[in-house]
Amino acid sequence: MSKPNVIFQIVRRGGSLFSLIKKLWQHPKGRVGLILVSLLVLTAVLAPVLAPYDPYDVTQRAAKGLRPSLQHPLGTSITTGQDILSMLIYGSRVSLMIGVSTGIAIAFLGALMGVMAGYIGGFADSLIMRVVDVLLVIPTLPLIIVLTNLLGRSYFVIILVFVAFGWTGLARVIRSMVLVLKNSNYVKAAELAGASRWYIMTKHILPGTSHLIIMNTTLTCAGIMVAEAGLSFLGLGDPTAISWGKMLAEAQGGGALLFGAWWWILAPGAGIFLAVFSFMRIGIVMEEVFNPRMKASSGIYKLFKHLNNRYLDEVFRSMDDEGDPVTSEGSDTPPPPLSGGGHD
Amino acid sequence: MIVNGNNRHSDALLEMESVSVNFPVKRAYPFSKRQWIQAVTDVSLRVSMGETFGIVGESGCGKSTLANAMIGMIRPTSGTVRFQGDDLFSLNRQAFKAARRNMQMVFQDPFSSLNPRFTVYDIIREPLYIRGGVSESDMKGKVLELLNLVGLDEEDLQRYPSDFSGGQRQRIGIARAIILNPSFLVCDEPVSGLDVSVHAQILNLLMEIQQSLNLTYVFISHNLAVVKNICQHMHVMYLGKTMEAGAADSVFSNPLHPYTKALLSAILDIDVSRPRERVLLKGDTPSPIDPPSGCRFWQRCPFAMEGCKTIPAELVNVEPDHHVACHLISGFSSEQKAAGFAQPLSPQHGE
Repeated sequence: MSKPNVIFQIVRRGGSLFSLIKKLWQHPKGRVGLILVSLLVLTAVLAPVLAPYDPYDVTQRAAKGLRPSLQHPLGTSITTGQDILSMLIYGSRVSLMIGVSTGIAIAFLGALMGVMAGYIGGFADSLIMRVVDVLLVIPTLPLIIVLTNLLGRSYFVIILVFVAFGWTGLARVIRSMVLVLKNSNYVKAAELAGASRWYIMTKHILPGTSHLIIMNTTLTCAGIMVAEAGLSFLGLGDPTAISWGKMLAEAQGGGALLFGAWWWILAPGAGIFLAVFSFMRIGIVMEEVFNPRMKASSGIYKLFKHLNNRYLDEVFRSMDDEGDPVTSEGSDTPPPPLSGGGHD
Repeated sequence: MIVNGNNRHSDALLEMESVSVNFPVKRAYPFSKRQWIQAVTDVSLRVSMGETFGIVGESGCGKSTLANAMIGMIRPTSGTVRFQGDDLFSLNRQAFKAARRNMQMVFQDPFSSLNPRFTVYDIIREPLYIRGGVSESDMKGKVLELLNLVGLDEEDLQRYPSDFSGGQRQRIGIARAIILNPSFLVCDEPVSGLDVSVHAQILNLLMEIQQSLNLTYVFISHNLAVVKNICQHMHVMYLGKTMEAGAADSVFSNPLHPYTKALLSAILDIDVSRPRERVLLKGDTPSPIDPPSGCRFWQRCPFAMEGCKTIPAELVNVEPDHHVACHLISGFSSEQKAAGFAQPLSPQHGE
């Protein structure tokens, strides 16, 4: 009886999108993620306004290899004299566009496949799960290299390839959740009242998996951003666009390391790091919101908790008293509540 | 064979005739022999209009499977289920849906039977909403009426199940079950997931509702005290088969099957000084995948005889409205006795 209960509690905890954002905001880590992501989105949307120079302007021969200064806050490139800050701002568009659109496409495909496999079952289930098994054992990177060479290097192709190989994980997770929900008594009650399969799927099953879909999508976005940067660095991205991965590749090719142009490498690196970090932050906090038990078992969380200023005093005090703060503090103290009410 | 023979064919709401339900076991490897879980074997029963019919037995004896077969959630492997005279599984789609709306269920676990994302209002009105043809204001009125009936407040309407205790959730579940005005309600252990202190409340509520709405209950339980108090007829099941059946009064006052005796002797009694015979059973329930041949109970029966190993016990009528499936009662024929079938097994047989 207890195991399904936990799952139903998790489902309940998800609530609407609004209350989810509220919960994220109330969580210190989640707030950092939310702020960073909104900044990233703003930067990408307002890129033409924010960028001080034209990032595509490769004719500034006089401005080659300038160190960061007031004119060029992040310096310029050695080879073409492009303004790094402008390139960084425009590069956020590619990262965000690829990350989010791929994430959403994967969410749709993965959820569809997972629900179909779990709810319809039988032949559909075995077929989808065998496809998942096959896709999981195919080495993705070499295949993506081959496919981008074959199909062209537009971002559309890259997104397509990411989606084709990225939906498997989500589909598996959704399927197992659907199997739990399908056998729940409230679905049975709805069936007794004569509900159609469509009704049960849309009113009971899909809402029950929505938290998994949202959480998975944020984490996928972060992963895809890294993958996109990697592809662009390898020269497999769209050659006409400006992306952080391509900036890194150009810096490498232009001898940034050789000439000590650290700003040329640091800027896109920091961009990638911050974008991925903020999405990961949100995803991890969502995982904690949906599954409170994760916190107790997470060593990193314990570490964070002890490094957290709020707890430092207690830690020092317990060190004086007992001399072993970790065992006396770590496992038994219940984590602070995530939200005040919860019944909204 | 139809049990409860006295008022046969008079006012039966639900009849089951030699219903068996087998589930396939997933094969370990392709082409291995397909095995079946024999969840329910050859059960016949008859529920009359307006009565409370109890089904008792240990966990895993097929009670819930039988209940699911009654309400058409599981198609029996063989046998027929007749509801209001119609064979449930030969009805067309529309008629089947209509019949099923006439039978509802109260579930055992009040925590998993309510969708945690629905408000109380959404949960209770759901059957009406699915059936359709009712205006929003009518639905609201009906839900409020039922909320009153089951003893909840109007303010609870917009709350979520997680805000309620087990007993309150079960009240919500009952309100949902009766909103379509069913004539037949299956209560699958409605109180066993609750605190003992609220058992009586929920049972009283169920009884009141039965009185006022003229409902027929099938009450599944492993708590004999509950069944004794509320049921008119009962079935004692063991490993998918009926062991003893009949009017609750005669089964309780004169238990004949050793299994029924063992169950009854396990009821807690306030009066500890009263001498009573405790029948202890040995071992565990055997697997329903490969049930024992002969009487299903012989391996654990304290009075098992040689013949019990091989010859299945049939239900026989012992007194009006009281049937039992036991060789101790039905006896063996003289040839069988000559073959030594009536020899008691050694006390150690059940390992």
